[in-house]
Amino acid sequence: MLRGIDLDVAEHEVVCLIGASGSGKSTLLRCIDLLEPIDAGRITVAGRDISGRGVNANQVRRDIGIVFQAFNLFPHMSVMRNVTLAPRKVLRTGRAEAETQALELLERFGLADKRDEYPDRLSGGQQQRVAIVRALATQPRLLLLDEVTSALDPELVAEVLDVIRELAAGGMTMVIATHEMGFARDIANRVCFLDQGVLLEQGLPEQIFSQPREERTRQFLQRIIEAGRL
Amino acid sequence: MSAGEVEGQRGSRILGGADARYAAIATLSTVVVLGVLATAVVTSAGWPTVKEKFFNGAEFRFWFSDVAHAFVTNIQLFLIAEVLILIWALTIAVIRNLPGPVFFPLRAMAVIYTDVFRGIPTILVVYLLGFGVPALGLSGVPTSERFWGTVALVLVYSAYVAEVYRAGIDSVHPSQEAAARSLGLSRWQSLRHVILPQAVRRVVPPLLNDFIGLQKDTALLSVIGVVEVFRQAELGTSADFNYTPLVIAAVLFIAITIPQARFTDWLIARDRRKQLAGRAGG
Repeated sequence: MLRGIDLDVAEHEVVCLIGASGSGKSTLLRCIDLLEPIDAGRITVAGRDISGRGVNANQVRRDIGIVFQAFNLFPHMSVMRNVTLAPRKVLRTGRAEAETQALELLERFGLADKRDEYPDRLSGGQQQRVAIVRALATQPRLLLLDEVTSALDPELVAEVLDVIRELAAGGMTMVIATHEMGFARDIANRVCFLDQGVLLEQGLPEQIFSQPREERTRQFLQRIIEAGRL
Repeated sequence: MSAGEVEGQRGSRILGGADARYAAIATLSTVVVLGVLATAVVTSAGWPTVKEKFFNGAEFRFWFSDVAHAFVTNIQLFLIAEVLILIWALTIAVIRNLPGPVFFPLRAMAVIYTDVFRGIPTILVVYLLGFGVPALGLSGVPTSERFWGTVALVLVYSAYVAEVYRAGIDSVHPSQEAAARSLGLSRWQSLRHVILPQAVRRVVPPLLNDFIGLQKDTALLSVIGVVEVFRQAELGTSADFNYTPLVIAAVLFIAITIPQARFTDWLIARDRRKQLAGRAGG
């Protein structure tokens, strides 16, 4: 349940959402992608109000990519089909062109040799990277990442974080919900702390991680440090 | 014998594995049990009469080709019916899933359809359509009993198969639909490309079961005069006052349904193996 979120994200900005489980990070991301209806308030993307009536939600979702914690690849399709499904059906790209573009993306992230494999033959890290490629295939302007490394074995986390680093370097606008504090400190332009559905505090990573203003932020970070995750 | 060897043998025996000793004992046991049963039957007082009335060699040879020939009709009927059922039932299942208030009447009609055709005995539906519709004498409406018999079977079985499809659709995890929608696919597109392919794969065993039921129920069309295997066997039975033709019909049905039942079992076992492997492999 979200109670008070006031967030602006500029183009090419990387915003990291941190907070305890249940604080509303996932809910916020799902609301932005119109996967959950909002009761009050407004969501504006590129100057356009996407939360109003009469908005074509499918079109909006084309421009926003989201990657979930559980990779959610389509198990009955190969990697190539997983990636090209949306471009072909939603953007109406021809099959050959969609496959060429997909192959470029897969090559960029070291997955080209897996193009004909089915998801059950891939490791968790590979599946998650395919999920990111799939979300990028419709050329979204905004990418949402919902704790994409939380379900991975530790040794597979790095390869996924590298993909995200590269996307950030390439100027992708991203909102990332994550528990990886070190990663957030490295990559974020801004860090937002969510607590019980409220955006309690936001600021530069250096400021949030070393000198948080709010008591609850301090408590949360203290617990993280004690758990050895920072 | 090392601990590992004993473990392996015990394990495979519990799971029904096939090492040589298991096979030998199973064969011996089967021979003994069958031998005892056969002896008991054959030496019982009533056997000669039963054999003459039900398992008569001469009758069998005389009627086999006519009965088998009529069986071809049943095969044609169920092949055509099954294709129509798979399509019509999918339509009903999709209609049941239509969202929003504007589609309420369609959803309600689908529910009523399912309730009605699962509630009336199939033989009644066959009778009502096979005799009733031609009796109306409406112009342009087919009157062939094969046509209306097939329609009756399609209407009834689609009600059951639609429920099977629904169960399949519901069994696909909602995160699959979320992922599809998040890519910009419409409800219809995600149903067609993501949900239905997975749903249908999951319900192949119950679909096969219903198909086997359909094959047997083609015999019901005899009541409206279709000359299929049951009708033909009845004619043979009443001609000679001997039940062997009916036994021929029964044998023909078993001959086609048993392989399908084993195939269904094999499919279920293979799916189970895949599922367990997926979980273990991670």
